[in-house]
Parts: sequence; C-alpha cells; structure tokens
Amino acid sequence: MSEIWQALLNLGDQLAAHVLLSAAAIALGITVALPLAVWASRSPAVSRAALGFASLVQTIPALALLALFFPILLSLRAVFGEGLPTLGFLPALLALSLYALLPILRNAITAQANLDPGVIEAADGVGMTFWQRLRLVEAPLSAPYIMAGIRTAAVWTIGAATLATTIGQKSLGDPIFAGLQTQNWVLVLAGCIASAGLALIADGLLGTIEKGLKTRRRVLTFGGLAAVALGVGAALLANFGGSDERRIVIGAKGFSEQYILARLIGQQLEESGFSVDYRDGLGSAVAHRAVTTGAIDVLVDYTGTIWTNQMRREDNPPRDAMLEEIAAWETDTSGTHVLGRLGFENAYGLAMRDERAAALGIESIADLAGAAGGMTVGGDPEFFERPEWIAMRDTYGLRFAERRNFSPTFMYNALQSGEADVIGAYTSDGRIAADGLTILEDPQGAFPNYDAIVLLSPGTGSNAAIRAAIAPLMGAIDVEAMREANLSVDREEDKLTFAEAARRLADRIGL
Amino acid sequence: MISEDQAALEFRAVGKRYGAVEAVREVSLTIAPSQFVALVGASGSGKSTLLKTINRLAKADSGEVIYEGDPVGSLPLPALRRRVGYVFQSIGLLPHMTVGENIAIGPRLAGEKLSPARIAELLELVELDAGMATRMPDALSGGQRQRVGVARALAGDPHLLLMDEPFGALDPVIRDALGVRVRKLHDELGLTTIMVTHDMAEALLLADRVLVMDAGAIVADETPQSLLEGRGGAVAQELVAVPRAQADRLAELAR
Ligand SMILES: Nc1ncnc2c1ncn2[C@@H]1O[C@H](COP(=O)(O)OP(=O)(O)OP(=O)(O)O)[C@@H](O)[C@H]1O
Ligand SMILES: [Mg+2]
Repeated sequence: MSEIWQALLNLGDQLAAHVLLSAAAIALGITVALPLAVWASRSPAVSRAALGFASLVQTIPALALLALFFPILLSLRAVFGEGLPTLGFLPALLALSLYALLPILRNAITAQANLDPGVIEAADGVGMTFWQRLRLVEAPLSAPYIMAGIRTAAVWTIGAATLATTIGQKSLGDPIFAGLQTQNWVLVLAGCIASAGLALIADGLLGTIEKGLKTRRRVLTFGGLAAVALGVGAALLANFGGSDERRIVIGAKGFSEQYILARLIGQQLEESGFSVDYRDGLGSAVAHRAVTTGAIDVLVDYTGTIWTNQMRREDNPPRDAMLEEIAAWETDTSGTHVLGRLGFENAYGLAMRDERAAALGIESIADLAGAAGGMTVGGDPEFFERPEWIAMRDTYGLRFAERRNFSPTFMYNALQSGEADVIGAYTSDGRIAADGLTILEDPQGAFPNYDAIVLLSPGTGSNAAIRAAIAPLMGAIDVEAMREANLSVDREEDKLTFAEAARRLADRIGL
Repeated sequence: MISEDQAALEFRAVGKRYGAVEAVREVSLTIAPSQFVALVGASGSGKSTLLKTINRLAKADSGEVIYEGDPVGSLPLPALRRRVGYVFQSIGLLPHMTVGENIAIGPRLAGEKLSPARIAELLELVELDAGMATRMPDALSGGQRQRVGVARALAGDPHLLLMDEPFGALDPVIRDALGVRVRKLHDELGLTTIMVTHDMAEALLLADRVLVMDAGAIVADETPQSLLEGRGGAVAQELVAVPRAQADRLAELAR
C-alpha cells in the first residue's frame, strides 16, 4: 500500500502534464464542436456530415488515432515548415480533440433540435437577431445538455490521454506503460488510480456546473467553473512555473533495457550539471523519428533496426561497415549524430526452452524448419511486421502452425506455460539465462547485427559538453552487464526501479 | 405622425405558398386604426400565415403589407418586430427567464431597460400581481402565462397587437375573462388588434369586424351584426350557425 502511495507521490509532473493535455483537448473540442453544432442546426446536411465524421473517428482505436497524427503532421511540414512538431503535445492534442468532438457535438445538436419550437418562434417574434437568439435563448437552454456532453468527453479524454505516452507526450500513461513492460503492478496501479481519480474529479466538477446550469443556480455553476480553472491553473504552474532552463530529453522505446539505458545516460548528464527529462514508451519508428526531428535529444537505437526499418536495406554487411554506413546515412538525411556503440548487441533471435530444444534436437533456425508446422511462434506486436522476421522466415522457409502476439513481458511467460513453443526474443534480455532459454543459431545470417548505439539529435550532436558526458559509456557495457541489469527490473521478485538498475549498472562498469 | 384617415395596416395582393400549398392567396384589405378585427376560418385555412406576413415571421412571396405607411419589407426586421406586439398560440415564454425578464425582453433587445414600476404596470394591465415578476414561467398556471404573453406583447408600446389563438388552451371561464380584458385594453390603449380564433362566438362578441378565411382567401369581411343577419356567404354562415344553434338549444333547455 505504501509503495503505491510512494508511486503516486512521484507522479506530480505526469499529473500536471495530463491535466493540461486533457483540458486543452477538451477546450479545442468545444471550440470546434459548438460552432459546428450551430451550423448543423441550420442545415440537416451539415448535421449528418458532422455527426457521421465524429462517429467515424470514434471507431478508430485511440492508440491508432494518436499514431496516425505522426505521418499527417509530417506531411503538413510541407505547408507549415520544419518547425511543426510531429510528436508530443501537438499530435496528442489533435487526436484527443477529435475524440472529444463526438459527445459534445452530439449533445449540442440534440439540444438544439429539441428546443421548443414555440420558444424559438417567440424569440424571433419579439425581434431577436440571429446572434441575440443564439446568445439569449438557444445557448442558455442548450447549456445543461452541452455540459453533459462535455462531461462525457472529459472522462473519455482523460482516459485516452494515458495513450499519449506512446507518441512522446508525458502523461499518466508513463507509469502504466513502464509498469506493464516490467510487470511492475505498483506502477501500473498508480497510473490507473491517478487517471481514474482525475476523471472522477473532472466528472464531479463538470457535473456540478451542469447541475448549476440546469437548476439555474449560479453558485454551483461558477463554483464548479472556478474549481476547474483552479485545477488547470495549478497544472499550468506546475508545468511551466519551475525553472525555465532547457532540459535534455532522453527517449526510450517501450522495453526495460531502453528505460534503464535512458536513466543511465540521464544520470551521467545530471552529474555533468545538465537537467534531464525522459520520454518513455515510444514506438520503435516513432522513437527514431523523434531523435532525427529533435523532439527528443538522445536515444539508444540498434544498428540492425535502423538498417532494415529506416534504411530499408536487405543486404547484411559486416558490423563496422554497417555502422559507418548508418552514421553517414543519418548525417545526410537529417543531421542526426551517431555517437558510437555502447558495447553490447541486442539482436533478434528465436528462443526456445533448453529442454524442449534438446528433446527435439533443434540447435539452429535451420533445424526448426521441419518442426515448425506443429508449433506456435510468439512475438511482440512489432515483431511480425518487421522486415527481419520476413527475411528470416523466407530464408529458412519457416511455416508455423500459429502466430501469436504478446507484450514482451508476457511472451516469456507464454514460453514457460507452453502457449508458445518459440518466441522472437532479444539477445540481451536477462530472462534468457534466468529462464533457461536457448537462442537458436542463425547459420545463414538472416538477422543483421544489432549493436546498441547512441544517437544525438541534430541540435544536440554538436554540443561538446553533452558528448563528453555520455562518452564514458561508449564501449563500456558488455552483454552480461546489460542482461543482469535487465533481469533486475524484469524478474518477479525484488524488482529494482529503472533508476536503481541504472546506478547498479554504472557501478558495475566502473563509472 | 399617423393621420386620421391613414390605414393602420394594408394588405396588397399578398400571396404565400409552401411548396404545393397555397397558404395565402391574393389577399387585399385595409384595416383602420383602432379596429378590433377577428380572423376566423377552418384549420389550415391560412390564418396564422397571413398574420405572420405582417411582422415577417413568414415572408410574403407576392404583394406587400403596408404598416402605418411603410412596406414591412422595407423596415429593419428587429425594429418592425418591436413595433408589433405579437401573442403566440404556444405562448412561448422563455423558460430560463423570470416573468419580469420575459416582459422586458423586447425593450432590452432595443437597448432599453424597463423599470420595475413599468413591469408592475404591465402586469397590472393583464390583472396579475406585481409580485409575479420574479417568478419563473413554469411556476404559473396556463391562464397566468398567457396574460404574461399579452403583457410582453404590450411592453414595447405597439400600435398594433397581433394575437394568434391566444386563448386556445385556456379553460372557458378564464378564456372569457381574458377576452373581455383584452378588448378593454384595446380600447384603453387605442390599439389596432387582429385576433385569430377558431371560435366564432368569441369573434362575434369581441370584434368590430370579422374576417373569414377559407383555403388561403378572405371569403367574408363583415361586422358581427351583419353576420348575425345572415350576410357573408356560405362559409361564414356555416361558422355562425354553430354558436347560434348552441344558444338556441341552451335557451330551450332553460325554458
Ligand atoms: N412552415 C410551413 N411549411 C410548410 N407548410 C406550411 C408551413 N406553415 C403553414 N403551412 C401550410 O400552410 C397552410 C396554412 O397554414 P396556417 O398555419 O396558416 O393555417 P391556420 O389557418 O393558422 O390553421 P390552424 O387553425 O390549424 O392554426 C396549411 O396547409 C399548412 O400546412
Ligand atoms: Mg394557426
């Protein structure tokens, strides 16, 4: 219990960011929905089109909607210039506003349609202009219903805003995604409790305003409004009120190693006097984009990932040649700097339980080809979409009976429980040794090299102090050290926090 | 200033159609100042539509309506509507405003604030207690609400009062009392009044002049006296026959 308290108390930044994001999204939703509703009340065609569009948006999963704004904003850079942010607050705001649109729009249109026609005729009859009628009659009579819509929108938006974490916006989703990654239920619970609590408070306050509007009690209306304003104001203060020095933003994709390495780099930078911030839980493609566009400053990425996914290469050169080409490519395409290798490799591989592999006489992926027809292969949601998987499948002619997606953590449990026979594993994962797993050999070299490398955004790469602060990490981390650190946060018992694991790792490599 | 012989209101070949329906066809007539005119006719005969062409709640397709010398089409809409008091069949009190605010709404739109004393005076005109000003409309009876509707129509000191079945939803006793009260106000304030009604007896008892509408046209234009004497044509006489037969039967019962 006290652990959850502790976790909750650490969520101040995320809470403030979450409140601001949700409030801004709802405000934008209102700003778009209300004029649209007025227009719709004058034109059935507009009404149908607007409601149809808003309903369609609702059917898109929130996670996908958030991710979709990345390419949309990227293409909009042609119009608005390179300064347009493609990650973080802006796309999260736009996606969530679209999400908030439907309940507000629907309630506003319904409220207008249900206004007593006798009252509207009388308003015209006493000589009201269009705007007077809107302001003096339609708006006050529709207000309680519109408020009910805003209330629904607020609850949805606050819930969906947790997903903004995945596109690099700080939110209460940060602890949820970090916790899910490592089965750290305290973190997950803390994130859920905080966002649910926020939703309940917002619902209560907006409900008070709604009641005030309905019963025409100004005390309730203005009291509720004041409380909302106070909450948003406090969040603003917490978010922007502190020091305005620039923080170095370190990105991390959504798995343990990335969280730990981000902390390790962050701790090095802090020792050199920088202040840092973390953007955790980024999708693989999003993370790379983020560092090349300067949305984040530092990222640990993997040579093979960039080679196959960003550069779309299918050949497989030796590791030094590959790194050189990657560094040149990053410089040419975006000006991103490749600082160097951390020392270990985190390759994709196929893993089986030792006994199972031994019993079936499988040592390499080539051996697997014959047995695959009766096996289930598991992978994280990205795995089966990646070119590496496709290349390996075609190279060895693998035809599995079934394919299942797991989150990285659950994948290892699935292997133990027999729900998967083979999984797409990461070679630096601490659970490979701990769980007694065999990484199958890759005799044909279908998987490229996956050296962990540090990328610096175009703006950060030229900063000598930052480079110097991170430099001691180069070549310092071998795969054993990384596996131990990963296991220390992934294991079921006696989990370390990412920051603790990073400190231990620093000690181990003698920093 | 309006000269004595200028018409308060004049319809010049006014026509209005809704799609295939010819709601008002070629209506021409003149109404003198201070006349109390009743407009009767079957449901759907075009009474409301004709009334609405005056303050342009319905826009005439052809012809024109002249109000105190000005074609209504030439007057700015808000100004026109403030000069014409209108009482709606549905009453149409604004439910989120007090009785007092409802009464003061017309002048307020013109940027003028009605004093509480003036609101009390208007309430008194329709025989309501001045204390009612602070009540919400939903705390009133139907009869009280329609009285407020009349007070609101009178708040802008109009010369012309238009009433569309103002007493339709009221019980007979209140209806009779309110009818008499409105006629008295008409006389006291020197109004020109047009009242739409289904009830020929009401028209005969209150009005100086009765217009009968049928399928969009005025088919009779008579004084109550001449209608009772059998003039005005078949449609009008059919309507007069109803209260007359009722009166006869009542007289028989009383014997
Ligand atoms: N807004 C409108 N749109 C289409 N048709 C209309 C509209 N208003 C009136 N009409 C049609 O015009 C004709 C005259 O309607 P109007 O309301 O003037 O009749 P009325 O004599 O006032 O009837 P009632 O006694 O039932 O109130 C009717 O056929 C009606 O259906
Ligand atoms: Mg009517």
